[in-house]
Amino acid sequence: MNARQGFIGSSVERREDGRFLTGKGQYTDDITLPGQTYAYFLRSPYAHARIKSLSTTEAAKAPGVLGIFTGEHFKAVGGLPCGWLINSLDGSPMKEPKHPVLADGKVRYVGDRVAMVVAETLDQAKAAAELIEVDYDELPAVVNTAKAAGASAPGQSVHDEAPDNRCYHWGIGDKDGTEAAFAQAAHITTLTFRNNRLVPNAMEPRAANAYYDTNADNYTLYVSNQNPHVERLLMCAFVLGIPEHKLRVVAPDVGGGFGSKIYLYGEETAMVFASKQIKRPIKWTCDRSEAFLSDAHGRDHVSTAKLALDKDGNFLALRADTTANIGAYLSTFASCVPTILHATLLAGQYKTPKIWCEVTAVFTNTAPVDAYRGAGRPEATYLLERIVETAAHELGVNPAELRRRNFITTFPYATPVGLTYDTGDYDATMRRAIELADVAGFAARKAASAAKGLKRGLGYSAYIEACGIAPSSVAGALGARAGLFEAGEVRVHPTGKVTIFTGSHSHGQGHETTFAQVVADKLGIPMDDIVIEHGDTGKVLFGMGTYGSRSLAVGGTAIVKAVDKIIAKGKKIAAHLLEAADTDIVFEGGEFKVAGTDKKVPFAAVSLTAYVPHNFPHDKLEPGLNENAFYDPSNFTYPAGTYICEVEIDPATGHTRIDRMTACDDFGNVINPMIVEGQVHGGLAQGIGQALLEHGVYDDETGQLLTGSYMDYAMPRADDLPSFTVETAKGTPCTHNPLGVKGCGEAGAIGSPPAVINAICDALGVKDVPMPATPYTVWKAANAAAR
Amino acid sequence: MGMQITLTVNGESVTREAEPNTLLVTFIRETLRLTGTHVGCDTSQCGACTVHVDGRAVKSCGMLAAQAQGKSVTTIEGLAAADGTLHPMQAAFRTCHGLQCGFCTPGMVMSAVDLVQHHGCSNEQQVREALEGNICRCTGYHNIVKAVQLGAAGMKA
Repeated sequence: MNARQGFIGSSVERREDGRFLTGKGQYTDDITLPGQTYAYFLRSPYAHARIKSLSTTEAAKAPGVLGIFTGEHFKAVGGLPCGWLINSLDGSPMKEPKHPVLADGKVRYVGDRVAMVVAETLDQAKAAAELIEVDYDELPAVVNTAKAAGASAPGQSVHDEAPDNRCYHWGIGDKDGTEAAFAQAAHITTLTFRNNRLVPNAMEPRAANAYYDTNADNYTLYVSNQNPHVERLLMCAFVLGIPEHKLRVVAPDVGGGFGSKIYLYGEETAMVFASKQIKRPIKWTCDRSEAFLSDAHGRDHVSTAKLALDKDGNFLALRADTTANIGAYLSTFASCVPTILHATLLAGQYKTPKIWCEVTAVFTNTAPVDAYRGAGRPEATYLLERIVETAAHELGVNPAELRRRNFITTFPYATPVGLTYDTGDYDATMRRAIELADVAGFAARKAASAAKGLKRGLGYSAYIEACGIAPSSVAGALGARAGLFEAGEVRVHPTGKVTIFTGSHSHGQGHETTFAQVVADKLGIPMDDIVIEHGDTGKVLFGMGTYGSRSLAVGGTAIVKAVDKIIAKGKKIAAHLLEAADTDIVFEGGEFKVAGTDKKVPFAAVSLTAYVPHNFPHDKLEPGLNENAFYDPSNFTYPAGTYICEVEIDPATGHTRIDRMTACDDFGNVINPMIVEGQVHGGLAQGIGQALLEHGVYDDETGQLLTGSYMDYAMPRADDLPSFTVETAKGTPCTHNPLGVKGCGEAGAIGSPPAVINAICDALGVKDVPMPATPYTVWKAANAAAR
Repeated sequence: MGMQITLTVNGESVTREAEPNTLLVTFIRETLRLTGTHVGCDTSQCGACTVHVDGRAVKSCGMLAAQAQGKSVTTIEGLAAADGTLHPMQAAFRTCHGLQCGFCTPGMVMSAVDLVQHHGCSNEQQVREALEGNICRCTGYHNIVKAVQLGAAGMKA
């Protein structure tokens, strides 16, 4: 029986939903092992302090305590590594002070890990932690992003290795050419702004369960993580020195990541280390308050941008100076976010001939800052789309028209900041977004709002992102310390059923559905005959995991390449069975056929032959039907689109209501439109959250986190958001992967913040409103403008 | 000092020991090992732990196990029919792609059932306001709102 074809492009309902809707999901905290013990982390109450003394004597005697671990236990092992080397403009490598598993003599942010208590119960571990005596010698805290560089007195910097608190001072582009272009400019637009600090807030807090098997002499770590193989590699090779084959890392169902679960954290590292001593499984689940303090945060840039234009509105040059707060320690990919993932996107959709960007990364006494949904690309898009829209208003030109005048229209296009866009049609997505948003009807709506005493504004954002984060050779030349390929394995069972193993990890993206759609179409078999396995180093051959909207473009392609190998081998087996030449066999609709004849053999007969090889070309082939592939892309992929936001503001209260949010994206080919649209919805909510609500705030003096719970940190809720108008353009398929796909996970969060702020500025007739545009902020701007 | 607590959970009577300060959510997850009910915060804001107590939605992190003495609790595991047929609200979440990572989903579904049963929410704005106590980070709520409206129609059918 032939299976239905055409899964690709179809909104197939998700296969993972059954377990999630009935409470059968298995998240890390749902796993309780025989002999389970519990860990609790004592954290620093101070932003910056030396630990004068630390005594665990009394705590160790407390009921149920099995072990207490401090920085002393980890002196001999490595620090948590940073995966990307950035060199400063003067050629010196970034300052890379040790990021200890547990604090070593000094604490550097509120929430820094001071000690881990392991006890029979969580309550006992918490009670014992209160008996740990720590004598702190408090130091002045470095908090403010813009003021951190050079702010510390001698001996009081965040790290002794970086006395001026600078991690690196990096640049990209053509500095002299940019200066020369500015000298010729007819108009220069300048903006200085902050890209607000965000707390990722995956709804499942981080969690881990570590177990050492005394007999087998190996470890198992269950952890809420986006890339279990990377977690294992970093923990084994750089920190604990455990042989890599002796540690199995399982990331089971994971309740959202958004970047914050890419990283190797000290908590699970300490637990794996301790599990060999405790000889029982150790579980830890982060409280939400603890997550606010200890998850890697996102964004936190301060930038000045200048755009030079000629008299006709053509962009001549862009200059950007950014200070990026990377927090107290270099998290796993922190260094590449404000540099490689930010500055290389500053061409955007425009043929700006000259660009120069300098980035200073500063250490502060705040939680580490690393990739959060979009990772550098939202910051670049915000910078660029704010200054382009501002320039349009200053010149009295329609913002869409100014963009159109400067759009890149020929491909491939090499930008002045290191990327080569393979394909795109920026005018098409902008035109369609303008239709969808009914920009033509805006003037009437604005008049209607004005009649009610309300201010209505419209803002654009035309974003581009670089996804996939590859090829490895290019990334390596730019400082990456990891490969950036993906691996996939196709195991065809004797009966023709298929298990796919992917190095990508799904934590909401629906890989179990999308990847099965791809394989079902390729093999011409029902989706029910295919299962997708991911998230377990004990099953999956290798994987770089899920980040940078790469799962389908890189991980999906690895699977496709492995499927192609299956088909190629299947053709040889079929040729033998059908007594034809290999080259005469075609594979279509789940059957191997001799071209131009009615001779054929179904897929399952070929797979059975591979495993029961009685009549088999043993002289040419090995039995079995199992193939794997590693795919290293030849370029990034470049999703792009236009977002249009329309707001209505009540100047009396400063409340901003998003009336319309329109997104038109070019993601190339789309496998499951329903899932893709869902990804855009989620990204839009996070982008609108950044623009209107969310802000991770530390007290400038004490370094205390002021937004440490859902009572203080404004998460977007259902009644904060509108329904969205989302459309995926027919698009321009990616030219360098076989599926023609680009990636869709981050676009919403990248494209939306400048559209929202542009709309607010338009409504109020002001040049800038800082993010988050809370009612008070907007009220101040509205009333200052009114004066 | 533990205390005996007897209650009905998903239609079955259970008696277990619990400390007087044990939260209902802890009792459900740790004692009864019904792990579909989740903990997403520590300030009773996120709603991931929402269950039904005597037919009304309750954030089970804001109630002691002892307070459930003699009451009837329904968790996400008890919402579908005995033969596995999904409740109309569960089915609507699947149809509308109202879930991604699945972590907020049990609480979201339990809240949605309650708001349809007791508040009759049917238009978009009512649904959005009624879901204010359940946080989702993945979906942007767009498809959740659609799912609740579809589920409401299914519950009336």
